[in-house]
Amino acid sequence: MNLRRIKAIAKKEIIQVLRDPRSLMVVLLMPLMQMALLGYGVNLDIEHVSICVFDREGSQQSEALLKAFQASLYFRIVETERDYEGVKRAIDAGRCKMAVVIPPDFSQDLASENSASVQAILDATDDNTANIALGYAQAVVGSFSANVQVQRTQSLGQPPPVAPAVAQYRVWFNEDLVSRDFIIPGVVALVLALVGAQLTSLTISREWERGTMEVLVSTPVTRMELMTGKILPYFFIGLLDAALCLVIAVFWFETPFRGAVSTLFVTTSLFLLVVLGLGYFISASIRSQIGASQIALVVTLLPTTLLSGFAFPIDQMPPAIQALTFLVPARYYFFILKSVFLKGSALGDLIAPIAFLALYATIIGLLAARAFRKTLG
Amino acid sequence: MNDARKSAIEARNLTKRFGGVPAVEKLSVDCAPGEVFGFVGPDGAGKTTIMRLLAAVMAPDEGSIAIEGLDAIAEPERVRSHVSYMPQRFGLYEDLTVDENIEFFAELFGINRHDRDERATRLLAASGMTPFRKRRAGQLSGGMKQKLGLTCSLVHAPKVLLLDEPTAGVDPVSRRDFWRILYGLRGEGVAIVVATSYLDEAERCNRLGLLRDGRMLYCDTPPALKSLMPGQILAIASRDARRARDAVAGRVGVKGAILMGDSVHVVVDDAALRASQLQAALTSADVPVDEIERIAPSIEDLFVSLLTEG
Amino acid sequence: MTANGELRIVADRLVKRFGDFVAVNEVSFEARRGEIMGFLGPNGAGKSTTIRILCGLLRPSGGKAEVAGLDVARYPERVRENIGYMSQKFSLYSDLSVMENLRFFGGVYGVKGARLKERLDFAVDMAALKGREDALVADLSGGWKQRLALGCAVLHEPAILFLDEPTSGVDPASRRRFWDLIYALAGAGVCVVITTHYMDEAEYCNRIALINGGRLAALGSPSELKRSAIRGEILLVEGDDPGAMLEALEGAPAARDVAPFGSSLHILVDDAARDTPALEARLKERGLGWSRIEPIKPTLEDVFVQLVGGDGARGPR
Repeated sequence: MNLRRIKAIAKKEIIQVLRDPRSLMVVLLMPLMQMALLGYGVNLDIEHVSICVFDREGSQQSEALLKAFQASLYFRIVETERDYEGVKRAIDAGRCKMAVVIPPDFSQDLASENSASVQAILDATDDNTANIALGYAQAVVGSFSANVQVQRTQSLGQPPPVAPAVAQYRVWFNEDLVSRDFIIPGVVALVLALVGAQLTSLTISREWERGTMEVLVSTPVTRMELMTGKILPYFFIGLLDAALCLVIAVFWFETPFRGAVSTLFVTTSLFLLVVLGLGYFISASIRSQIGASQIALVVTLLPTTLLSGFAFPIDQMPPAIQALTFLVPARYYFFILKSVFLKGSALGDLIAPIAFLALYATIIGLLAARAFRKTLG
Repeated sequence: MNDARKSAIEARNLTKRFGGVPAVEKLSVDCAPGEVFGFVGPDGAGKTTIMRLLAAVMAPDEGSIAIEGLDAIAEPERVRSHVSYMPQRFGLYEDLTVDENIEFFAELFGINRHDRDERATRLLAASGMTPFRKRRAGQLSGGMKQKLGLTCSLVHAPKVLLLDEPTAGVDPVSRRDFWRILYGLRGEGVAIVVATSYLDEAERCNRLGLLRDGRMLYCDTPPALKSLMPGQILAIASRDARRARDAVAGRVGVKGAILMGDSVHVVVDDAALRASQLQAALTSADVPVDEIERIAPSIEDLFVSLLTEG
Repeated sequence: MTANGELRIVADRLVKRFGDFVAVNEVSFEARRGEIMGFLGPNGAGKSTTIRILCGLLRPSGGKAEVAGLDVARYPERVRENIGYMSQKFSLYSDLSVMENLRFFGGVYGVKGARLKERLDFAVDMAALKGREDALVADLSGGWKQRLALGCAVLHEPAILFLDEPTSGVDPASRRRFWDLIYALAGAGVCVVITTHYMDEAEYCNRIALINGGRLAALGSPSELKRSAIRGEILLVEGDDPGAMLEALEGAPAARDVAPFGSSLHILVDDAARDTPALEARLKERGLGWSRIEPIKPTLEDVFVQLVGGDGARGPR
């Protein structure tokens, strides 16, 4: 391979990227936007669920219960209603997701050792949130209930009861169970997959569309030289983007990073080769820029979001789909990213996913090299 | 064929089909060093296909091509350094400057910096483009883009230059600059093949190949081709050209009369004989006549006469 | 309809700007009933922009234009009822048949009933497509498409016809047939305006407007332009070594411009009779022989280069 020709191709490509506002947007803005949108927008935790309350008794006890709800981080009392009509209207209008109704004989039932019930009315159109809110509500009521028990036994001069069995849990690797720390590595994978494929998907088809390719194929440059020269600049841009994402993740979103930068560098390089090769392959197979760009988007965006384990856990998927995820390179990279960020894994711990990525890089590389032909018709 | 001048391009029986329909059929052509050969024909005649075959960016279904003695079909990569191909839409890299474009192509052909500078300076000066070296190619006029394309094609001093419709839509001054450069190349022994649908551009070639539907029907120098034409042409300039045409059409010795703007071109068997007769006919029909003179047939006349459509 | 029955198009210092770029720079001209007017110039010179203004498709930035007596800036819709337009590469629907295309354009132009039938027959006849009405346009060759497109453009009997690069890439025989049709239409009173960058096509027009860089460089009939626009005469020089002759004569003081033409040269001089001996002497000096030196009629290209290039002086173009 002639180094001089590769250098000429790479140099031209870099100049074009730097001078083309669209490419620059893809390279710089897209990663930032994705990180911002997904980092802030996607939050699997639920906090500050808006609720309205209807206290039908208005006693000291009922107010104590309401105070417990108010103190809870998970809830935010937005309205106090005076009748069921008000509750219905509030839920229908969407002003609250849940209503807590305390019955008129609440303190009586508490005192008389009957169990007192508290009514929760839920807006189940978003049943995920509804279920979780219900769970929280039960926790708040449960804890109130336990307190009442303790007070009662104390006033009777008895020692406080001990619950028969308590589940103690420890969370490994994401102690705060902050979903964002789990999401950000996924976003990095998504960003690289999208940007990488988009950049290279345009490179060959643009030259065909503009007519420059017809001249290029009549020059001595070989297929391999062309591929190398064209992918090289995007490889460095990809690493730059990865570094940018890493900096944003660690310093802005404060995602813990327990691994080594070198591990990240090696694995990211491998993943980049895969996505860049994929984009190049698409570009070489489809001569229209718009077509290539759309296909690149579909082929990277959908599998990366749906099948890489980012949005939905892989082991919750039906077996057939699980098998499908083995074909998604982002799956391995996502796994690697999570491990490096949150577990501090080193190269030695990641042999399996790295091997898969390497296999992919080789296959895609061969396909891409063969897809581009130096002849027309 | 003059044995002393070995052909730079020798193509024999080239055939190329697309979906069973032949775009080029049994085409044979020679082009010697220092010669400008023109393929002339309308859209769809096969010009672009022929150029692509000669440039070895498309493989023929049948036939052979030898460029500088090398087999271009068996070893296309070997002929690449000898050939320069400028396709119909020579896409320059619009975001790159004039100099950057030239450097890119020079590097692809392995031309060293000194040679590149020397040739580029010379060619750009001949094109009047020296003040524009730092300008981005996308901001050049159509004529300058073509001249830049030519410069990029010539920076590696090819032996064979293939130009597909190089001056379509270009302003006449740029077109002249372009052809001036081509003429300079003839002196250096470069073989130039031009494909054009511009009939007046065809006049500038040494030899022409007239194409229709993928077949080359005639191949010779313009004067020789014109002598094949039956008859001679008289041009009658008149302020009432329509009536003039009506007055002369169908007369003895008149094979055809066409309106051309403010004159009538009449194809006659004998110009000297018929000129005075037609003058008389026009006078008696009371048609104002400014002038009647014999003119040389144009390539268009040639084409129409030799290749009449069914 | 028209105040002055003869004038169909009047353009008065028409200007069109796109941001900083002046595409049309004070273009003025008139076109009459039955006249064939040609806009000649390279791509990007402003021909198509001018036509679009006249068709009511673009608002002028300055100046005024009247087509069929209507101000194009104020009544663009009504202007379009009076004109026919044929675009480059014909704007036909290739997956529809000949008749389907004709009917479509008939509908678009509001031609109905008995008149439509009559016009459809006329168009089919004109294009010589009788018997082939059901052929798909995709199956027609260039010349046929061209004639069909012309038919589609005249279904509503417009007073003015605009043709944008109508014979681009079409074979010469078809081009001649097409021009016969244009002449017939002009003979029937239609005012035809065509744009072209083919110098030789412009010779078919009654009058030519040379457009370059948005400006009208010249206006007149082909003969007028050749007579008046050239200051000097053109000599044809033929010999064995045109390359060497070119070099020899380029520096000659009498030769204002030297252009290669096939195997000969066209030399622009002030006076053929006076300057020929000087050129001959120069050739002799260099030991070059010649077979012919004689004055020839200038072509439109010579006119254009003279007007725009200025004596062969080369400015950036």
